[in-house]
Amino acid sequence: MSAPILPDRFSQWFASRGWQARPHQLDMIGAAGAGEDALLIAPTGGGKTLGGFLPSLIDLADVAAEGPKRPYRLHTLYISPLKALSVDVARNLMIPVEEIGLDLRIETRTGDTPVSKRQRQRDKPPDILLTTPEQLALFCASPNARAFFADLKRIIVDEIHALAPQKRGDLLSLGMATLAQWAPEARRAGLSATVSDEGGLARWLTPQGDAPRFARIVRGMEGPKPQINILSSRERIPWSGHSGRHAMGEVYEAIRQARLSLIFVNTRSQAEHTFQELWRLNDDGLAIALHHGSLAVEQRRKVEAAMAAGKLKAVVCTSTLDLGIDWGDVDLVIQMGAPKGSARLIQRLGRSNHRLDEPSRALLAPANRFEHLECEAARAAVAEGVLDGEPLRAGALDVLAQHMTGRACGEPVKADDLFAEVTAAAPYAALTRAEFDNLMQFCSNGGYALDSYERFRRLICDREGFWKARNARVAQRHRMNVGTIIEAEMLPVRLKGRGGRGGRSLGEVEEWFIEQLAPGDTFVFAGEILEFQGIAENAALVTRSADPEPKVPAYQGGKFPLSTYLAKRVREIAHDPAQWHVLPDQVQDWLRLQKEKSRLPQPDDLLVETFPKHGKFYLVCYPFEGRLAHQSLGMLLTRRLERLRLRPTGFVANEYALAVWGLRNMADADMDALFSEDMLGDDLDAWLAESPLMKRTFKQCAIISGLIERRLPGHEKTSRQVTFSADLIYDVLREHDPDHILLQAAWRDAATGLLDIRRLGEALKRVKGHIHSIDLERVSPLAVPVMLEIGREAVYGEAQESILADAAEDLVSEMMGDG
Amino acid sequence: MAEPARKAEELTGSLNGVAVVPHLTGALYVPEFSALLVADLHLEKGSAYAASGQLLPPYDTRKTIGRLAEAIAHFLPETVIALGDSFHDLGADNRIHDADADRLAALVRSVSEWVWIEGNHDPQPPARFGGITRPDMTLGGLVLRHEPVPGAAPGEVCGHLHPAAKVVGRSRRLRCFATDGARMILPAFGAYAGGLSVRDEAIKSVFGRCPDAWVIGRDAIYPVPAKRLVG
Repeated sequence: MSAPILPDRFSQWFASRGWQARPHQLDMIGAAGAGEDALLIAPTGGGKTLGGFLPSLIDLADVAAEGPKRPYRLHTLYISPLKALSVDVARNLMIPVEEIGLDLRIETRTGDTPVSKRQRQRDKPPDILLTTPEQLALFCASPNARAFFADLKRIIVDEIHALAPQKRGDLLSLGMATLAQWAPEARRAGLSATVSDEGGLARWLTPQGDAPRFARIVRGMEGPKPQINILSSRERIPWSGHSGRHAMGEVYEAIRQARLSLIFVNTRSQAEHTFQELWRLNDDGLAIALHHGSLAVEQRRKVEAAMAAGKLKAVVCTSTLDLGIDWGDVDLVIQMGAPKGSARLIQRLGRSNHRLDEPSRALLAPANRFEHLECEAARAAVAEGVLDGEPLRAGALDVLAQHMTGRACGEPVKADDLFAEVTAAAPYAALTRAEFDNLMQFCSNGGYALDSYERFRRLICDREGFWKARNARVAQRHRMNVGTIIEAEMLPVRLKGRGGRGGRSLGEVEEWFIEQLAPGDTFVFAGEILEFQGIAENAALVTRSADPEPKVPAYQGGKFPLSTYLAKRVREIAHDPAQWHVLPDQVQDWLRLQKEKSRLPQPDDLLVETFPKHGKFYLVCYPFEGRLAHQSLGMLLTRRLERLRLRPTGFVANEYALAVWGLRNMADADMDALFSEDMLGDDLDAWLAESPLMKRTFKQCAIISGLIERRLPGHEKTSRQVTFSADLIYDVLREHDPDHILLQAAWRDAATGLLDIRRLGEALKRVKGHIHSIDLERVSPLAVPVMLEIGREAVYGEAQESILADAAEDLVSEMMGDG
Repeated sequence: MAEPARKAEELTGSLNGVAVVPHLTGALYVPEFSALLVADLHLEKGSAYAASGQLLPPYDTRKTIGRLAEAIAHFLPETVIALGDSFHDLGADNRIHDADADRLAALVRSVSEWVWIEGNHDPQPPARFGGITRPDMTLGGLVLRHEPVPGAAPGEVCGHLHPAAKVVGRSRRLRCFATDGARMILPAFGAYAGGLSVRDEAIKSVFGRCPDAWVIGRDAIYPVPAKRLVG
């Protein structure tokens, strides 16, 4: 292959900026020239976006020369996970385009794009369209999309590592499979700074055939190693909790000394808390702002603009600012609490110092003793350049059902062709024809064993074997419900205005959080302490409160589980005193004490401790597999203990441990049998069937697959109604049609999602034959943090019935006159 | 933490001085009159959704009739009174599966008396299943109707509002009998009938306050005072 040549006007442009094209940018041009798909892995600031677009710009330079009257043909489709990222990239792309003197049509299309502009875009496609996976799905479900994409030459997927492992990635991969039918010439480029599974993503990006196929991997040069410091607080380090309050003074000092800091936290409640605490200390009146997904959009836009304008000193944010948007000249990234994974940390580090020649700087602020171990593990992983990311998995069936319905709504399609099309998408390469046919039935008439909906079919098959929507209304309703993002049910939070009506909106909060409040309760939201007044017109009404301490603990946002890789490193540090010197004295003392009083968990065993406390008996084990997997383990263990008549009454989990308690001593139980892998068989099935987590998972599948529609023309179902009916549907379906495809879909999701069964299974396999139990007289040092979680956490499963009995006791005592 | 010890224990309550026994299915038994009360069966709700484009599983009628058979087998009442909205809509009669229609007719025949109280969804319940139709009726100190009437005298028992309750500390909302001792709203009996919080204005206005809830748990019914309810 001859060396790719950069056209003159492009080399001149690089030279005019004092640059030259980087090798990976030239490689991208080479891959395009060879007609290959390419995955570009380059650090932030390494010219990755330009690398993705250069082949398009070079192609389009000739097209643009035809002048403004040239025909309207879509050349490049750019897809990113965030609307804001599309807008940002469009803006940045204009710089080389204008400076090189290319007269190109570059437009964005997102959920916010007005109908008139969408229509115009359909009639007159731009050269480059920047959009989201949902918009592509919408095209797939619309008539005449084939013509719109007929001239497409390139597809660029940005932040591919973030999209691919999710349901949105499944949807995108199916959309690209459709584009491969409509525009066989179009080649794909994937962009990312943090790829852990390179082979997996290279496969994900490219159309599959009988044997696995992979995109070419192009690597950018690595920048200097980041400088990561871990805040070793002078204050007492808490045993548990995630507030990081003890370190706030030192964090504030770091902010004061930096130019612009981004302070990342893992949950929205932590964001609120950190923001409050920093302002409490803010004697210098530093411009510290707050940014998270629940805030009103206008408020977020204001913060972003202020950042870009250099008006801020620090922004407290959640993962909303993780991905590649650059709002300002950040020189310090502070991570409050543990980063949970090295890839996430690197992604966040990428937000500072966008110059390849300078290292980015980060300060990690562990919130408790255990997080010190996690932060050390993350620092070491980043130093070694090891990434952990989310693993890729088989494509979700609910997403496939949505896509199949969408295709039939867009244009008539034959089952054989559609099967060939979807199995070319890597996540569905292993899909069987039987599963596909089953899903086709589901899309058409619900696919029920009781064949009673023939007359209500949504998709019909004509004599020539073409599937299509029964009528225009079915197609319209499908298009209204495209997408895989199921928002938690949210209520707007409004300041109570005059006459008791809703005034200014502060943002949105999860409905379940509001449901547990009584009028008069105070909580923190949008950086303020608010008093809940009531619900009116489907909004939570609040007033500002003077209460210095909110009564109700802040609501949880998403919690990331500790990555398997970091967990392994943590176990390695914890068991080996030779590695402790990097830890603060307090943490070292804690581990030393554990060694003395009990035993240190070893890298490949499972430590199980039993001890009595206040008339109850406790069993604490340390699998280090993250909260989700531990909760599943707790559920299954309590079922087993129940059968052994050890009368368990509750459990609580944190990131590295699980504590179970009950009325009988569990020390003499056969631990090998108790922790045997076979708990993932019948016990799991029996528990899952009843589990609220399973119902929640089923509800998502029901919505994504189109069984339940969120949006109907004219009126939207309130989310509360959806919740209730999805549970009812689940119960009925499980009883009368247990093999239904949607139950299968939900089970698969639950196993990899909320329940993390896959990870639990791997852990149980790992420790088989290596369970080390120790019977103690009292709680061990390592057990203290998880014991402190008791009472703070909601209880699960079996214990819920006891709460009812407990609540009923109240009425009895009231009746007896002593209540 | 208390053990779930109330399994199989039957709760007997008093309603305007009349003894009543709530059942896990959502039925209410009145021993004095050997009468079983159920509200809001919403038969063929699933197929009503299917007809409008959402293909919900078609088994709800089957499940609801099964529940009804279970309650009847448990109490062996002389009279069954369905408090309205027994059929989800006027088209239900046309859509019901033959096997389900036969089972329903057999249930109606299995008791001495079956009363369909008229509901807003089914102002004229179909006649082919048997039983008699009435706008409302009295049972000793109890007045049975579909929708609560503003300012009604004590003893009113009705349906229509589908009460559900969430207990402090529990994550899920459960169906319940809403009562203040003088009157009662029955939970919706139908497999696909949704729920409305007893703290909602529509239910509070019937009682003048948030009522207590006899919450239907997995194994038993738990009387929970209003102050322990959220949502």
